[in-house]
Amino acid sequence: MKGSRWRLPLRYMVLLYLALLVLVPVGAVFFHAFSGGLGAAWNGFTAPDALDALLLTLIVVAIAVPLNTIFGVGVSLILARHRFPGAWLLDALVDIPLAISPVVIGLSLILVYGHTGWWGNWLAARGITVIFSVPGIVMASAAVSLPYVVRGVLPVLQEIGTEQEQAARTLGAKPFTVFRRITLPSIRRGLAYGVTLTTARVLGEFGAVSIVAGAFAGKTQTYTLFISQSIDNLKPQSAYVGAVVLCLAALIVLTTLTLTDRNRDAWHGKAAA
Amino acid sequence: MSIQAECISKRFGDAVALDDVSLEVPTGSLTALLGPSGGGKSTLLRIIAGLDAADSGIVRIEGQDLTHTPARSRGVGFCFQHYAPFRHLSVRRNVAFGLEIRHRPKAEIKARVDELLELVGLAHLGERYPSQLSGGQRQRMALARALAIEPKVLLLDEPFGALDAQVRTQLRLWLRDLHATLPVTTVLVTHDQEEAMEVADRLAIVNHGHLEQVGTPADMYDHPANEFVLTFLGSATRLGGQWVRPHDLVVHPVADGKPGASAVEGTVARVTHLGFEVKVDVDLAGDESCWVQLSRGSAAELGLQAGQRVWVARADATRSPDRLPSLIA
Repeated sequence: MKGSRWRLPLRYMVLLYLALLVLVPVGAVFFHAFSGGLGAAWNGFTAPDALDALLLTLIVVAIAVPLNTIFGVGVSLILARHRFPGAWLLDALVDIPLAISPVVIGLSLILVYGHTGWWGNWLAARGITVIFSVPGIVMASAAVSLPYVVRGVLPVLQEIGTEQEQAARTLGAKPFTVFRRITLPSIRRGLAYGVTLTTARVLGEFGAVSIVAGAFAGKTQTYTLFISQSIDNLKPQSAYVGAVVLCLAALIVLTTLTLTDRNRDAWHGKAAA
Repeated sequence: MSIQAECISKRFGDAVALDDVSLEVPTGSLTALLGPSGGGKSTLLRIIAGLDAADSGIVRIEGQDLTHTPARSRGVGFCFQHYAPFRHLSVRRNVAFGLEIRHRPKAEIKARVDELLELVGLAHLGERYPSQLSGGQRQRMALARALAIEPKVLLLDEPFGALDAQVRTQLRLWLRDLHATLPVTTVLVTHDQEEAMEVADRLAIVNHGHLEQVGTPADMYDHPANEFVLTFLGSATRLGGQWVRPHDLVVHPVADGKPGASAVEGTVARVTHLGFEVKVDVDLAGDESCWVQLSRGSAAELGLQAGQRVWVARADATRSPDRLPSLIA
């Protein structure tokens, strides 16, 4: 066997790489978070500033994730089901937030919606503050997490084709019925994957949000900003506890994905023509 | 007439898929749209179903003009070449789909689905998912699903195209039996002339966007309207400047004397044994050649060998000379 000599060393190298980059550092965070005992960790978690920041982050998730889900499914349907000039451009535009730094996205939002920005004055005159306020945080979070639903759903839509939808039409289904009963269940896995990544990204977003938020504790401080400020304020214990909370949130999101994915084998097996 | 398609034209970009095609399908018939791939037959089927829109022309079903009616309101059962099963639904839910979206009572749906699964022989597989079925089972599930809405017409696009040879033969016979018990007006698309002649009671031959000829299989085999229909509906060869079916030819050793006025002399080039049938290639004068289809028995009687001089003649030349001109010169 040619490959067998390398199989074990390769396996250990992959594990070592993972350990050095992820497992050991994350383990260290957990270790430090609970080094002062469970009581201290609980006090850190329930500190007013920490809870306010957590609440704000959850609110941002609750707005940005549904927005990007609807947008992502819409764009995927347009790209997969219609041919039109400039489709490649739309396809490429969706990926921009992946390619450029979140800091640039935050900065460009200020240039448009800030006090001295293009539309800032017009909005301010109508009592709407975007930058250094919750709308700006939501916009920055939505912008950086834009591509994930599209990248999860579009390949699935392209793979399943349109025949099932056509069949549903001949059986009497109206367009929305076709979407709800055929398209949506068919893309369920890709959608769950995209929504999971979007949620994880919004939960953890720092760069773009730090530019547009202003980080007024209790008002525009998201959870990642709170963690960062705790370090700046020489309160590392709060930062460690915050990091653990983010890790647990990510764990919950990923577990939810795995659970929704569970009965896929029943019907998602490849056609065995 | 169940289906009337009048003067249908359809282009895809520069390519003409259908050019002024008119077709009528009688109620209760099983009609095959037959022709080579890319000839436009599937497009015609999709236009009848409302899945594609014609550039011009009218589609009537049971006398009603449905040209601008969406597919969902046409009352047409459609089976796709690859069956288009709803992969996330069980066999039972697939069949029930058309009834569920019509919000029929649960008991009625259950009874109807049971009846249909029984009819297509899938009663024991109702809880399975399409990925757990064989190709033939998926095909029958798709048929049951289409029949559930009690369609006015049933349209089948290459229904046996994706199946292996043995299952295909079984399903052909099964479909013919099904049509006998449940005489829904049916149109099926196929590129396989043997399949079309075996299953259908009427053929409509479509080629290059034109309807070449419509009729019963036997009639069209004996009286093809043109050279395309002649060569497409079965094997054909040329003798004395005229088209003829190879099984309508006979071979005689030169020593037996000229068998008829129209007989042509030639040299056996090759004898090929194909089981029951034996194919004899004969080189004729000039650069011409023809081939003769003999039964195993008559080939053995003649003891033909390559290089032998023979007469080739029409078997029916003396019996019914008036039939000959019916095949195209």
